Amino acid sequence: MENRDLVIIGGGSAGMAAAVAAYDKGIRDILILERTEFLGGILNQCIHNGFGLHEFKEELTGPEFLTRFVNQVKERGIEYELEANVLSLTNDRVVTYLSKKGKKSIKAKAVINAAGCYERNAGAIGIPGTRPAGVITAGQAQLYLNEFGYMVGKKVFILGSGDIGLIMARRMTLEGAKVLGVAEIMPYSNGLNRNIQQCLKDFDIPLYLSHTVSKVIGKEHLEAIEISKVDERMRPIPGTEIRFDVDTLLLSIGLIPNNSILDQAGAIGSSTRGSKVNQNMETSIPGVFSCGNVLHVHDLVDYVVEEGRQAGVAAAAYLQGQQRSDGPRIECVPGNGIGYVVPSWIDMESAGDSIPLKFRCRKPSKNVYISISFNGKEVKKMLKLAMIPSEMEIIKLPKNLLDSNQGKLEVALVAKGE
Amino acid sequence: MEHILTCIVCPRGCELHVDENFNVTGNSCPRGAVYGAQEIRDPRRTLTSTVKCRGKVLRVCPVKTSGTIRKADQFRIMEIVNKTEIVPPVALGQVIVPNIGDTGVDLIATRAIDE
Ligand SMILES: Cc1cc2nc3c(=O)[nH]c(=O)nc-3n(C[C@H](O)[C@H](O)[C@H](O)COP(=O)(O)OP(=O)(O)OC[C@H]3O[C@@H](n4cnc5c(N)ncnc54)[C@H](O)[C@@H]3O)c2cc1C
Ligand code: SF4
Repeated sequence: MENRDLVIIGGGSAGMAAAVAAYDKGIRDILILERTEFLGGILNQCIHNGFGLHEFKEELTGPEFLTRFVNQVKERGIEYELEANVLSLTNDRVVTYLSKKGKKSIKAKAVINAAGCYERNAGAIGIPGTRPAGVITAGQAQLYLNEFGYMVGKKVFILGSGDIGLIMARRMTLEGAKVLGVAEIMPYSNGLNRNIQQCLKDFDIPLYLSHTVSKVIGKEHLEAIEISKVDERMRPIPGTEIRFDVDTLLLSIGLIPNNSILDQAGAIGSSTRGSKVNQNMETSIPGVFSCGNVLHVHDLVDYVVEEGRQAGVAAAAYLQGQQRSDGPRIECVPGNGIGYVVPSWIDMESAGDSIPLKFRCRKPSKNVYISISFNGKEVKKMLKLAMIPSEMEIIKLPKNLLDSNQGKLEVALVAKGE
Repeated sequence: MEHILTCIVCPRGCELHVDENFNVTGNSCPRGAVYGAQEIRDPRRTLTSTVKCRGKVLRVCPVKTSGTIRKADQFRIMEIVNKTEIVPPVALGQVIVPNIGDTGVDLIATRAIDE
């Protein structure tokens, strides 16, 4: 069996950033395995701009942003194989993949999973009515239009206010389609405010908050949909139906980490549907790391890249002999108002001076303190004027605030005045 | 009259208040002030799209305007974009349509396509 120092699953932004960072720390025997015909991942279809403000201090489109990373990979001569679909990983790091040359297994000293995420589809939510053609995810419609030049429909309604749906509302409108509206079941939008502005308001596309699609109509092909207002328990309220005659319903109802490879390898899972990792992005399987959307869904590529680098640097350290301790650890848990915290645990022995904590709030909150407590004692508190679930927060916690190598670290929201 | 708008310059999306003298408040950084005043005077956008491409693998090539165009011009420029077809090779940043629709900016490729 072929041996490799580092195998990276997925050649998107996370995988490329990880490869470059590991190379720059001295690792030379690296192989990126990418399922599609191109490096770059989801950014290949994100032709809109708004990428790279942190990373390159310029506003770039997705393809421009990814090209810079592809160049970094190529300049270093890092090896990659395209149309190489990873099938499995074992807990002793044997990676098996399928390519045009057939099935092959590689024994890796370290593995980084950067396989991205997939979209929640119609099966994941129970919309009453028929299942005609014309109901597709927003990301699929984006792929068809931006990579194959094929418009999926002319009269469109969008369910879910996630960013992909908003971006597609603008894109299809500019291409001559009529986007009749966007329905969001929550009382607030799940997309970035800037996208509400530049993708909906710019084109007078209405956003129906606290509404959902309550009926799908059409035999072979979609003919119409009905939306209804929902009550506080998310149930459609009879009598509030509005009908729209459309040929396409785009679903923009969430992304889920594409983590089956690590799940099957036996890595312990987290509530993000990714794997549990420590502060170095290392999973419960030693030498196996995870980063980017496969770990937890990110809204900004800059943070994906940062996380990829963290994983690449940590994998290099691991390959160069830095062992984590499997002894005492600090568990990181979400407290009041917080959905999840990455990392799941901190190993103080292998931690750097500052530990990035990433988390999301559960619902929009104004004027709250983010309170970080360690073993019941508050170690850091920050005022936030506004927080929304669609924006991930990052706090870099100085290691010296933690006075023990074990216990519990909790991130919670505290209302001002409490 | 005071205008209230969302800054679209970065993902933070600050709520801007712009008064009749184009003074901006609510911005977290100077770029927001520039955007707010510009948006009330003369709203502009960068347009991104694709043009047809007679390539071996790719049927479309992503493009953008090299600078902002007037918001009201977007549909007019899209008509030109949709009539445009290219044959590879195309370099990243290559001008596809110079001074598109007399806007003063070019339509450029945002991806290199070799064949
Ligand atoms: C539609 C959309 C719009 C966005 N807009 C913005 C924006 O405006 N600004 C911004 O900053 N961010 C934006 N983002 C977020 C950001 O761009 C992404 O979160 C980021 O690019 C994800 O990178 P990744 O490497 O984790 O995943 P991906 O880019 O998805 O890469 C994963 C790669 O792994 C490969 N892969 C998967 N499984 C396997 C396997 N079994 N074997 C081999 N390879 C595999 C895939 O083919 C893919 O290439 C957007 C995201 C989306 C989806
Ligand atoms: S004001 Fe500055 S920080 Fe706020 S959204 Fe605009 S560019 Fe971003």
